[in-house]
Amino acid sequence: MRHTKFRIAANRIFQGIIIFLSFIIIVPLFLIILHIVVNGISAINWQFLVSLPAPMGEKDGGIANAIVGTFIIIIISSILAIPVGVLSGIFLYEYKNSKLSEVIRMCVEVLMGVPSIVLGIIAYLWIVLSFGSFSALSGSIALSIMMLPVIIRTTEETLCLIPDTLREASLALGVPYYRTILKVIVPAGFSGILTGILLSITRIAGETAPLLFTSFGNPYMNLNIFKPTETLPHLIYVYATSPYKQWHNAAWGASFILVVFVLGLNFITKILVRR
Amino acid sequence: MNKTILKTKKLSAYFGKEKVLKDIDLSFPEKKVTAIMGPSGCGKTTLIRCINRMHELIPGATITGNVYLHDENISALNPILVRRKIGMVFQRPNPFPTMSIYDNVIAGYKLNGLRLPKDEMNTIVEDSLKKSAMWDEVKDTLHRKGSFLSGGQQQRLCIARALAMKPEVILLDEPTSALDPKATSKIEELIVELKDTVTILIVTHNTAQAARVSDFTAFMYVGELIEFGNTSKMFTVPDNKMTEEYLTGKFG
Repeated sequence: MRHTKFRIAANRIFQGIIIFLSFIIIVPLFLIILHIVVNGISAINWQFLVSLPAPMGEKDGGIANAIVGTFIIIIISSILAIPVGVLSGIFLYEYKNSKLSEVIRMCVEVLMGVPSIVLGIIAYLWIVLSFGSFSALSGSIALSIMMLPVIIRTTEETLCLIPDTLREASLALGVPYYRTILKVIVPAGFSGILTGILLSITRIAGETAPLLFTSFGNPYMNLNIFKPTETLPHLIYVYATSPYKQWHNAAWGASFILVVFVLGLNFITKILVRR
Repeated sequence: MNKTILKTKKLSAYFGKEKVLKDIDLSFPEKKVTAIMGPSGCGKTTLIRCINRMHELIPGATITGNVYLHDENISALNPILVRRKIGMVFQRPNPFPTMSIYDNVIAGYKLNGLRLPKDEMNTIVEDSLKKSAMWDEVKDTLHRKGSFLSGGQQQRLCIARALAMKPEVILLDEPTSALDPKATSKIEELIVELKDTVTILIVTHNTAQAARVSDFTAFMYVGELIEFGNTSKMFTVPDNKMTEEYLTGKFG
């Protein structure tokens, strides 16, 4: 009898600890978001979104150049990383046990662990030095390398979940191999692959380190991918470390936008996964 | 005697070094139902997968010997063509989950990139679904996804999908093993109806099913062909002692 009581009590305590610790995880996230919203929302207005940074001392500056720059860089990175990532993922799924797949899988794992600033230095050496200028392109290349492992892994894992019977159904209809992959297997895993792509975008959207010596930063609007370009994370870094109150506010506003963007993407990903 | 459409000559199949089919010589008569029966693991499925060259898709799987369709050696043909002429239906219903019922039926054309005029596609879909006795059940829901169909309906959809390619032979790999008795009897009726238009090979480990639907039966045991002949004869006076023991339930 005493044993039973003890067990019930132990159960309760254990349960309590689990719930408490899980709750602790939510707290920092909640506080961060709260802080950013409280400080950032006051900076946000239409003017802030559509105008360029104002010269020092003038009011009503904006961060349009950083928003546009971030989107340009995300789009170029995606164009570079998505085809390579998805096709590599398909390769790993199709040739599960080949030597080459094992090597690629190992490389992908290593790539996952390479510090982002190192990728920035590599892009600096490859692109910035050979083109002779900081550029959106060089930043995108650094970020696309960061996207690759996420896309490759999720593509492979998604495709592995698709039953083999589907592929046999298609092959048995006399559909050639490449069409079976593109028209049957990939559509069946589409939401999973898209999830991986969105996850990889959230991973790079807030990256600052690889951009420091690649896209560099630019106080003006720039649409040329071979020229230095401002991005949200870089702008936040520069403004937040400046001594000016006005810039601090702008940094909060930019953080707010970045967080909303990343959370929004996460939210879309969640919905897709549920489908 | 019936005209032969499909022939195997000294057909052997391997998984790596293991020989799972041993020198099978068989002639399948045209527009008849031939059942291939035998206990699990006797190579029935491997045999029909050699016939539409699906066997070779498995890594390490090889064959020796030949299969002839109308005296044409299928190993000399492109496997894609072979599979269009010889359709297949699998153990578990496997309609394409991303496609509507209509698209599932026409999938063989669409996935192959063959463009047909709209009304020709409509005719093919309607004919195929009528042949698989599904038209009345799904004619109002053609453009919905097939996932709400029951297992038996899904299997008949897969048969319609195979029929849409207008194949000369259809291979059925235990098509009812995942279905309930009611759906099974529906598919068996369908098989008997279909043999006017197409040659059918059905793999089954259910002897009663072989007796119900087939004109000819091949009995296999551990990779060897034990006996082949007229179903009614084999089920009454089998030539081989083993066949008799299998049919009377002494093993298998």
